[in-house]
Amino acid sequence: MEKLLKKLSLSGLGMGMLLLIVPQEAFAMHIMEGFLPPVWALAWWILFLPCLYVGLVRLRQIVAHDSNQKVLLALCGAFIFVLSALKIPSVTGSCSHPTGVGLAVILFGPGVVAVLGAIVLLFQALLLAHGGLTTLGANGMSMAVIGPVVGYLVWKLACKAGFRRDVSVFLCAMVADLMTYFVTSIQLGVAFPDPHFGITGSSLKFMSIFCLTQIPIAIAEGLLTVMIYDQLTKRQLLPARSQ
Amino acid sequence: MKKTLILLALVVGLMIVPFFVPHGGEYGGSDDQAESQILVVAPHYKPWFQPLYEPASSEIESLLFTLQGSIGTAVIFYILGFYRGRREDHAGD
Repeated sequence: MEKLLKKLSLSGLGMGMLLLIVPQEAFAMHIMEGFLPPVWALAWWILFLPCLYVGLVRLRQIVAHDSNQKVLLALCGAFIFVLSALKIPSVTGSCSHPTGVGLAVILFGPGVVAVLGAIVLLFQALLLAHGGLTTLGANGMSMAVIGPVVGYLVWKLACKAGFRRDVSVFLCAMVADLMTYFVTSIQLGVAFPDPHFGITGSSLKFMSIFCLTQIPIAIAEGLLTVMIYDQLTKRQLLPARSQ
Repeated sequence: MKKTLILLALVVGLMIVPFFVPHGGEYGGSDDQAESQILVVAPHYKPWFQPLYEPASSEIESLLFTLQGSIGTAVIFYILGFYRGRREDHAGD
């Protein structure tokens, strides 16, 4: 009990300090600018850059092969753009936003998402002080690489298992969204291990903050992705193999 | 069409339900909580880099967020509308 009180007062103090230092950053959802120690910021950037490169190569291939795909690429980018601007209230009493990467990963595979995600993250870091340049590597890895890759695996597995197309779309988008915040929790846990419970304990705490809030939002994102997927199918914008 | 409406209703439901669930929260961002959690674990941590630009007020921030949403929505519905129109053109051929 005493420990809890101490923690509460500490976190109160922390919040107070934070309000003094960064008054305008009160509504953001990715890892904030400067909130990863330099070593970790750099490490995640180094991991993210090759993914970005692979994505750019893949993007050029797709556009060179069939320039009509540009339209679908724009649509996928726009979908990520919109969904990451929606701050949705969750049952935990805090707000968070979807990632919107599910659609792009289904239509183009995980490589391309790294580029689309990076563009959105850059926009938010530069104009909205939401996320940040130093943490863009980490946020990129969670939202534009690891989340989508796991979503892609789920999509492939669900298709192989013979699930209905829309169920597979739903699962892919939902898992990619949840995975993003799962990875974010681990990134924070690794950078800020709990003095008593270590990395695992700290990650679990971040998970209890992010992932619980994220569950209903991930479900909403899954449903929205099914909706747009249906519309694309209706307009015969999707190649026959994925209908 | 019916399916779209049901899905839409579910999404709206998911957004409204939180307001009827007692939780004591005040709908801040989950990042705020994460930040205070960081300061619990590392009380002396100071952010070492500041954003190059911050929206001058929460009004301007919401303007930029709305802009982000609107631009994205415009692109999505332009494309959907364009292809719908094209399909109807073909249907008339």
